[in-house]
Amino acid sequence: MPQIDEEKCDGCGLCISVCLNHGLTIVNEVVARVEGVDCDWCAQCEIVCATGAICCPFEIVIER
Amino acid sequence: MLSKLELLKCSSYFSGLGSDELEAISGLVFEKSYKNGAIIILEGEAAEALYFVASGVVKVFKTSSDGKEQTLAIIRPRETFNEVPIFDGDVNPASVQAMTEVMLYGIRVRDIGNILHTYPLVSTNVIRIMAGRLRHLIALVEDLSFRHVIGRVAKILLEYATDGTSPGPRLTQREMASMAGTAREVVSRSLKNLEKDGFIKIDRQRIIIKDREALNNIVSPLFETNVTDG
Repeated sequence: MPQIDEEKCDGCGLCISVCLNHGLTIVNEVVARVEGVDCDWCAQCEIVCATGAICCPFEIVIER
Repeated sequence: MLSKLELLKCSSYFSGLGSDELEAISGLVFEKSYKNGAIIILEGEAAEALYFVASGVVKVFKTSSDGKEQTLAIIRPRETFNEVPIFDGDVNPASVQAMTEVMLYGIRVRDIGNILHTYPLVSTNVIRIMAGRLRHLIALVEDLSFRHVIGRVAKILLEYATDGTSPGPRLTQREMASMAGTAREVVSRSLKNLEKDGFIKIDRQRIIIKDREALNNIVSPLFETNVTDG
């Protein structure tokens, strides 16, 4: 699931509205993941976040 | 959601204006709402209004004849779009699509003309805003035209790759963009091109390097020179 920095989150909710899987919600005025919902790693939440509070980092591996 | 007056108060376009003036201008503002995915503005059509995003997010983009899309800007609440055709009188130079449910406030072209005539301070604000937009686009043109961004992205992938047996560093597209000295949109396009060529595979949160030698070839000597030269 996307990584969330609660300190940076201003609770604007834009990431929630772009998540096609409905995998994000607001808890205590900051964004939180919805348990049990899968993430497509589309990174739309990262794209719309103005504060850099949510991101979808990639692990880079060499095929063996 | 911001009210019309609240939005005008925090808009750079109207900074320096008093409450009475903002109140008068708010009478010219109309509302429009769009569903997620709706096309708000179509490239090539006549411009109707300057838009302020009251809630939601939109993207401004160009589409090539073969269907490739280039995002020019992401517009969030309190920000504006569609300035260019409003002020030069030509058609829309790009399309705009809602990325969420969107509420917009708009001011029609003829009303913008009247506002500029009545409140010269707004013209000064417009010049400053347009200069900022131009600066952003110059940087994007530079990235797309002159820099060997794909080589830089390939180099980053090779540098941060692991063999998968132990956890390695994880990078966002934004971080890769910062490292490559480019925009996130350009990194996104570079990754797609590398995947299309079969050199990498993007599998959710993993970028799998399938052809290490090909990536090494992309990291050209010219690219190395550019990096050294800063």
